[in-house]
Amino acid sequence: MRHRVGEIVCAAAMAALLAVPAAAGSNGTVDAIKKRGEVVCGVSTGQSTGMSTLDNKGDWQGFEVDFCRALAAALLGDATKVKFAPLEFKVAFASLQSGAVDLLARTATWTFSRDAELNLDWAGIYIYDGQGFMVAKKLNVSSAKELDGATICLTGGSTTELNLADYFRTNGMSYTPIVGNAREQNQQNLEAGRCDVYTNELGGLASSRTAMKNPDDWVLLPEVISKEPTGPVVRQDDPRFRDIVYWTLATLIAAEELGIKQANVREMASSSDNPEVKRILGTTGEFGAMLGLSKDWAVRMIEATGNYGEIFDRNLGQGSPVKLARGLNRLWTDGGLLYAPPFR
Amino acid sequence: MSTRISTAGQPFQAAPQHAWFRRLMAWARGNLFPTPFDAALNLVIVALFAWLVASMLPWALLDATWSGGSRADCTGTGACWAFVLSRLDQFIYGFYPAAERWRVNLAGTVLILGLAALLIRAVPGKRVTGLLMLLVYPPFAFWLLKGGFLGLTGVQTDRWGGLMLTLVVGVSGIVLSFPIGVALALGRRSDLPVFHGLSVLFIELWRGLPMVTVLFMAIVMLPYFLPAGMKLDSLGLAIAGIVMFQSACLAEIVKGGLQAVPKGQYEAAKALGFGYWRTSVYIVLPQAIRIVIPGLVNNSIALLKDTTLVMVVGLFDLLNIVAAGSSDPRWLGSATEGYIFVGLVFWTLCFAMSRYSHRLEHSLRSRRQRLGGVS
Repeated sequence: MRHRVGEIVCAAAMAALLAVPAAAGSNGTVDAIKKRGEVVCGVSTGQSTGMSTLDNKGDWQGFEVDFCRALAAALLGDATKVKFAPLEFKVAFASLQSGAVDLLARTATWTFSRDAELNLDWAGIYIYDGQGFMVAKKLNVSSAKELDGATICLTGGSTTELNLADYFRTNGMSYTPIVGNAREQNQQNLEAGRCDVYTNELGGLASSRTAMKNPDDWVLLPEVISKEPTGPVVRQDDPRFRDIVYWTLATLIAAEELGIKQANVREMASSSDNPEVKRILGTTGEFGAMLGLSKDWAVRMIEATGNYGEIFDRNLGQGSPVKLARGLNRLWTDGGLLYAPPFR
Repeated sequence: MSTRISTAGQPFQAAPQHAWFRRLMAWARGNLFPTPFDAALNLVIVALFAWLVASMLPWALLDATWSGGSRADCTGTGACWAFVLSRLDQFIYGFYPAAERWRVNLAGTVLILGLAALLIRAVPGKRVTGLLMLLVYPPFAFWLLKGGFLGLTGVQTDRWGGLMLTLVVGVSGIVLSFPIGVALALGRRSDLPVFHGLSVLFIELWRGLPMVTVLFMAIVMLPYFLPAGMKLDSLGLAIAGIVMFQSACLAEIVKGGLQAVPKGQYEAAKALGFGYWRTSVYIVLPQAIRIVIPGLVNNSIALLKDTTLVMVVGLFDLLNIVAAGSSDPRWLGSATEGYIFVGLVFWTLCFAMSRYSHRLEHSLRSRRQRLGGVS
């Protein structure tokens, strides 16, 4: 999510240099995927816990991975028709630009300059992340406002450092930074008591907590001091493909709101009386065809991966070892930010 | 000493033991405790080493957990070797289909047998084995691993990974860059301006580029120059990049060896009526390469360690597949064990290469002394 500033500048420079549309034609990407018979999805190099990792059998697992599978099910009718391309952050944007992958489903924060300069589009936001704090439970700290004078572990050369400095200056507090160069080092520093607090994105902190010897000894503070919206990234050359990616995400969210689950989607498709459910699942209307998809695209998709809530729970939430709270990633009806436009 | 008195009754048994003990004491006095300062220094080092072993042993072996399906099974205070053991197949074969892994095993076994036949002095037929390993083995291994023709099902290179991928990249890098490097070194010393110029250009270009940049350009820039839809094999790109880079470095090493061969050797060959190629192949190169063996092995070790950079083109070599494994939510917190395992594997491979070069130098030196040649 947050990476060394130099790498971002490098990637941006590369992309700016290469800002040539790779495939001309308005439906280039969709046609290429259909012809190829699989979606090529750029993910992390297996090191993004809960988002994209390899399991014991060597299969990809994670939130981003499930999003790619959902997209493949929506577009091609088969969630297995997806190829995962592991990309280091420094080659990720350039690989998308060059056409080596169809989309990036990795933790790339949506920012103004990236959107404006890279000739890329974020097709929605699937995780609202942000920088938070982890402390030992025995310190009895309940708010980041109580951290005046604390020693704080963080990763050097990243925007984490800048956000932290801003937050402490704004609140008139002081701190001593202990700079590590990787998550593992920061975890060890915290566990060994070299610092009182570790600051990183909430998703990363939740993973770090799982990696601790005794995860129950550590708590995440409620304050979130930065915005880190991440979502699927596509090229700007195929607006139709962007729509399909966006509506894949929106439909997963709408499905959670309407109670459509992996287990009951077939049943709801045949028996539900809710007009919106009927439109989504293709029982009435020709909504799939409007995007060039099959009539039952949403049925196949939800059958393959479940709705947003199920995907989150399985990979990041209470159903996973990470146990990340939903936080901002709750539905708008529950006080979160997830909101799908109406399906009509 | 009291031993002398007590052993007097049984001289046949005690005499050799006594001599052995005396030799050991003499060696220890001469080497370990020649002065009080040396004795103190050695005792401190031994104590430190013992302390290190004593503090590592409980974690590394005694309290370690050896089996389990996730980090949660590692409840002890020691290392979680279950992480390495339960994912060992993945670390060795990557994503290679389980039913086809015998092909990797076969290719590896043939490689080990071939190398053993070449390296162990007592085995006869070095020339035939060497030719087989150089000319027949590479296509054979390629067919075995990649398949897709002659009755084997195809396994795309993006399914390759782990130690197997590290060895494929390392071995092909070392084997392919050697002839190219030698040719470049000869070209650089050539009197023909075109060959000389091209060799210098190639060497300076590739040697001046960082390896990561070469791989980065291959994966990011090449698609722009290729027709739309055409995709090159990532592994092929990675190996090509490594070979270019390494052969340029190797050329400079061999050039050093060529410069060290006395001018008299060239002149003597000329006087005997040898042409350029025969002078190079029979007189100059054997001497030049013998001189630069340490440099060549050093280069090979560096190459093997550079293979971890193939992650840039999206390939999971040993290091990266282990790093990925320790990010799996079920194995979080196992990074230490993973990195120790990778370190041990790389160290073993590099140490073996280093020992072999040492032995080779030694045997070549003694042969040269026997023959009374130049030194």
